[in-house]
Amino acid sequence: MEFSKFLPYILSGVSVGGQYALMAIGYTMVYGILRLINFAHGDIFMSAGLIMVYLATWLPIYVAMPLTIAITVAIGFLVERIAYKPLREAPRMSIMISAIGVSYFIQNFALYLTGGLTKQYPEIPFISRTVEIFGQRTKMVTVITPFLTLFLVIALVTLIKKTKVGMAMRAVSRDFETSRLMGIKINSVISVTFIIGTFLAAVGSMLYFTNYTGVSTISGSMPGLKAFVAAVFGGIGSIPGAVIGAFVIGICENIIKGLGWTTFSDAFTFALLIVILIFKPNGIFGEANTDKV
Amino acid sequence: MDKKTQKRIIIDILLVIALFAGLYVMEKTLPRNSMVFPVLKKGAIYALLAVSMNLLNGFTGLFSLGQAGFMLLGAYTYAILTIPVQSRASVYQYYDGGALTFALPPWLALILAGVVAALFASLIGFAVLRLKSDYLAIATLGFAEIIRAFVQWEAMGPITNGSNVLRKFPYFRSVLVPFAVVGICIFVIVLLLNSSYGRAFKAIRDDEVAAEAMGINLFKHKQMAFVISSFFAGVGGALFAMFNTTVIASTFKSSLTYEILLIVVLGGIGSVSGSVMASFLYVAASEWWLRFLDEPLFIGAFQVPLLKSGFRKVVFSVIIMVVVLFYREGMMGKNELSWEFIKDRLGKLKNKLKNIGKKKVKAEAENE
Repeated sequence: MEFSKFLPYILSGVSVGGQYALMAIGYTMVYGILRLINFAHGDIFMSAGLIMVYLATWLPIYVAMPLTIAITVAIGFLVERIAYKPLREAPRMSIMISAIGVSYFIQNFALYLTGGLTKQYPEIPFISRTVEIFGQRTKMVTVITPFLTLFLVIALVTLIKKTKVGMAMRAVSRDFETSRLMGIKINSVISVTFIIGTFLAAVGSMLYFTNYTGVSTISGSMPGLKAFVAAVFGGIGSIPGAVIGAFVIGICENIIKGLGWTTFSDAFTFALLIVILIFKPNGIFGEANTDKV
Repeated sequence: MDKKTQKRIIIDILLVIALFAGLYVMEKTLPRNSMVFPVLKKGAIYALLAVSMNLLNGFTGLFSLGQAGFMLLGAYTYAILTIPVQSRASVYQYYDGGALTFALPPWLALILAGVVAALFASLIGFAVLRLKSDYLAIATLGFAEIIRAFVQWEAMGPITNGSNVLRKFPYFRSVLVPFAVVGICIFVIVLLLNSSYGRAFKAIRDDEVAAEAMGINLFKHKQMAFVISSFFAGVGGALFAMFNTTVIASTFKSSLTYEILLIVVLGGIGSVSGSVMASFLYVAASEWWLRFLDEPLFIGAFQVPLLKSGFRKVVFSVIIMVVVLFYREGMMGKNELSWEFIKDRLGKLKNKLKNIGKKKVKAEAENE
């Protein structure tokens, strides 16, 4: 096999990887703080796509884009307040079930709105343009995604390392109870986490759906699970880890497609997850944590 | 065994006989296409699936999301083994009639469906049962997806028919058969839960460290719960295949697992009778009673807003969210439906009514 044959797959792998990365950050941050797999995150990603579809029908695209992000962030904030906050003291299983319930609700609500039809995603002028790279024709979004992802990740890491909110977030993820005793407002820190997570998911959804023809009610669940696997792969709680994991998964998945094993491209992700969980449960960048009795 | 328990058992047996007699009479008298029959059948099948999931999630405390995968194994095993030889050419039209040249009787295939699911579970269990709560959930979910990809693989085509539908396998027309199968399976699960193994499961659920300190072999018991639960999920999957009369891999997505999980939550995590009641309630409501929410409704020239296709499911998800957030115990909590439970509840209700009466009298007295 020659390299040029695989180039288009690697290119789209890098692109998809960046989009997974933007989602994976949401998973890894929420898990770091609440120890919760936010099953609804993938569906919020999908709703960002649908909101964009509906807004773009009656608003100019440059108004629709920031509005989509704003509404998605509001949804993420509300989901946390309504479905997760009341269960702070409940066993972990309850809050996970609540997350599954939210996911079920969002999917059904989207099904109701769309009537089960796949909605055509609007064309965002600049990033849908066709460009030529290494002799391959591809969409502009393929080129932009990795750079935009890196930019956002660096901005986020700076936020976490340098600002007061960031310090509070690190403290809460290290020890929930103690940071509460130290006077950190837990609820606002958690809200900020959800706001950042959904903001990145909304940006990711714009890049992701530009590559596909449309948005359907379940188009969020598979990318969501993959982004979660990426977060586990990189070591849950670690942002650079999640980003690297996402690129690895995106590229591997597309190479598998290139080899003609499309049926297994989803299965590969989960096989990777299981291998990681068995041999290196803390991921590549995760810190080992011991259970206290 | 004292007289009281003896009497109880006799009453229970009589109730079961009455139930089956009632079903039989219904089948003879009601029209064939009545909505009651599919609801009862699906309700019974979901009851088994919910109870088998509850055995793992509610009684052993293992949060597994692999139910759809094990159902798929059961459904495929049953369908592959029972398609009559003369129909194979038309079912496996893209694979020259498939690889198998025999067909097994349905009863045997039904048991084998459970056995295949259990075998896979014992293999998977070695790998994943060491993982902690949410990692276990995501790993089992992943396994279910891998299994689903595997049966759709082209190379498996001569056996699984690839991503095409499997059909023409035998199924039961009567409502009595799924009820009998499900009844036996749930009875076995209840016996297991009341045995010393069942108590060990509950001990693991309540406190893993303490259970281990008491000498319970954690891995052995977790593995056992996982394998048994998967066995019944496989049988349930086979029954589900019969109910649908066709099998296709895309039915067994993770949303099916979530559906069953939500039924378990509705009924109460850790209650067999709760799961059974919630299953029938869920199926009846979603397939029958709430159907009207999906139909546009006109009162004169006024169209009632919101009602259109899909609204039923939205209402449903809201109800489920309310249960998850405010009634975390579900219908039954960890209790079981028994004569004592009913008596207890009735007693409480009576007291409440009495108290209300007293308050009224008091309030009236104060007013005067």
